[in-house]
Amino acid sequence: MPLHAQESQPTTSIIKRALSWLRANLFSSVASTLVTLVLVYLIAYAAISLFQWGVVHAVWAVPDNQTQACRSVRGLGACWAVIREKYRFILFGTYPYEEQWRSALAIVLFVLLYWVSAVRWFWRAELALIWIAALTVIGWLMWGGALGLSYVPQERWGGLPVTLILATFGLALGFPLGILVALGRRSELPAIKALCVLYVELIRGVPLVSLLFMASVMFPLFMPDGFNIDKLLRAQIAIILFAGAYLAEVVRAGLQAVPKGQSESAQALGLSYWKRTGLIILPQALRHVIPPLVNTFIAFFKDTSLVLIIGIFDLLTAAKAAIIDPAWQSFSIEVYVVVGMIYFLFCFAMSRYSRNLEAAQHQPR
Amino acid sequence: MAVVQQASVRPPPHRMRVSLSDEKFLGLFWQMLVIGAVAGLVIWLWANAVHNLNVRRIATGFGFLSREAGMPIADSWIAYTPKDTYLRALMAGVANTLRVAVVGIVLATVLGTLIGIARLSKNWLMAKLSAVYVEVLRDLPLLLQLLFWYVLLQGLPPARQAWQPIGGAYLSNRGLMLPTLQFTSAHAWVLLAALFGLVATLLIRRMALARQMQDGRPRRIWPYAILLIVGVPAVVSSAMGVTWAVSRPELRGFNFSGGLALAPEYFALLTALTTYTAAFIAEIVRAGILAVSKGQWEAGAALGLRRGQVLKKIVMPQALRVIIPPLTSQYLNLTKNSSLAVAIGYQDIVSVANTTLNQTGQAIEAITLIMTVFLTISLSISLFMNWYNARIALVER
Repeated sequence: MPLHAQESQPTTSIIKRALSWLRANLFSSVASTLVTLVLVYLIAYAAISLFQWGVVHAVWAVPDNQTQACRSVRGLGACWAVIREKYRFILFGTYPYEEQWRSALAIVLFVLLYWVSAVRWFWRAELALIWIAALTVIGWLMWGGALGLSYVPQERWGGLPVTLILATFGLALGFPLGILVALGRRSELPAIKALCVLYVELIRGVPLVSLLFMASVMFPLFMPDGFNIDKLLRAQIAIILFAGAYLAEVVRAGLQAVPKGQSESAQALGLSYWKRTGLIILPQALRHVIPPLVNTFIAFFKDTSLVLIIGIFDLLTAAKAAIIDPAWQSFSIEVYVVVGMIYFLFCFAMSRYSRNLEAAQHQPR
Repeated sequence: MAVVQQASVRPPPHRMRVSLSDEKFLGLFWQMLVIGAVAGLVIWLWANAVHNLNVRRIATGFGFLSREAGMPIADSWIAYTPKDTYLRALMAGVANTLRVAVVGIVLATVLGTLIGIARLSKNWLMAKLSAVYVEVLRDLPLLLQLLFWYVLLQGLPPARQAWQPIGGAYLSNRGLMLPTLQFTSAHAWVLLAALFGLVATLLIRRMALARQMQDGRPRRIWPYAILLIVGVPAVVSSAMGVTWAVSRPELRGFNFSGGLALAPEYFALLTALTTYTAAFIAEIVRAGILAVSKGQWEAGAALGLRRGQVLKKIVMPQALRVIIPPLTSQYLNLTKNSSLAVAIGYQDIVSVANTTLNQTGQAIEAITLIMTVFLTISLSISLFMNWYNARIALVER
């Protein structure tokens, strides 16, 4: 980087430095100059077209479901009026309209919970208590039926809270499962090892869609008469089992990175297997794999959208359902763009966080 | 006495004691417990399933496969009509899965490699643009991207006002139409000749390399390559009087006929899978190239090799060792993700099996079939990539 080299010379003017930066990074050779010019043209073209579509020719509001204004600019400009009209439905699904503040509060609580979990200071045993407390409050907000809130059956839930519930519980329960399976896979007991290998390879070998189908159509077949649990819970179980298998592989990688001497010296101190594992091995193993764990969580967050295929009302399903309304049918691009932004916001924040962690790990302590 | 003393010198064979403080006994105890629990669970689930199936009068087994399916499959590469059996319908589904997965893997590898290299470009704009591509595509759910592409394709003009991105190719709401060769059995012979030429060229290359190892002189093989790969098929072609007619898509009424038609569902799925997986492959390629130390580049340059030669002969072989294992799991992901086809109505194996399930009620069989197909594909890709990985692995003493 020529920029760094010149920082030690304060006499060089900013313009000169900028010019030399441009020269080194954009116009270093004929080929590079050509690439730069072509890219600048393409970016400018795309930006102008997007601006015209999204701002100049866009329709921001229409009176009372009258979409003529939107139809007249179709293909030229965006119809953001569809978002204005449907945003409550996209975010909260069919949750009773007057009670939707509860869903909104649940979303805020989820975000706070993620934020608290991301702060290094909170990485201690009490974090588990915070999680239990937060999830209880969220459950109370969503279901109600106690302490002055009216009862809302689970079938009415929808939108972003459902996505967050599926992702959060998938991680909260899949993670301990993954740790157990990872330990089992490295165990010296042949039967337990075989079972864990079978579980991990079977789940990782098939698509999540087939597991979700299994949860929605096969699960009821395997249950005794009269025993029925609702669809959301069944999908949640499938996601937990799925998450468990993938997280197990991440944790196993961490376990492999802990030198054997750690376990041996713990054994020499007379610690039992569970004490060795819980106090010596796991803390080191998990520290190694925090960045890939966050990446796995991002993957699940995105994968929860697959419940659309079995008809569970998460954010993406709500978005798709919002445009079934004939008046708004042809404006799905706008809705997908906005829903994409919501997903992106969550995933981008997590991936940034994971990268910072990785950078911090590589720094000498 | 002597005998007793001798016995005490040897370590006593560890005998298991029935006690909770004995590790070996504990291990056996836990295994028995877990196996017992799992076996009990399986038996219980199985008994429930048998009972439920009896109540619903669903016959178990794969007998339904030979019944008439009656389901239309619009876009199939193997001959299929609704009058065919379920087995044939499922085979058409598998063919559709493979068709999108194989093409997707090839395209995603090419696109991903290009973007991965572009991210390391010295041109700042190029590097940043590739970084933005990777970041955006990776942080959006694939299903959302798939729906987006599908809606975008449906919003294209109708066949009569189709776009022509390149001469002869048409893009409309009926999908992508491409010109293609009119393939006859004579063409197969020409292809066979080309294949023969390719194999012969590889053999010659191997011999030339062996000779070069002995005396250090590089041999020229490209004249042989041209002769064998182009010349031989050309001779076969003219000898058999093969005509090279191109079938172009033409507008007839409201749709196209002739040429190669990629249905909107297939095109959308392929685009989504390719662009999404390419973002992950780009990161893998970038990490692989960065893993090769700078000294390798410099040493290559010191030997007088050109930059392209260093990349091809020195850096890439080393980078591939880092690239191949994670690349394998991306290929597996792409194949598994192709099951999202069911969301836009492309009839892959999951979609066909799902329709079968709804028509016959054979839930267990249908899902077993889906899982078997995917496990087989996953296993094949893993085996192939492991073989390739072993081939390019570092040969140590």
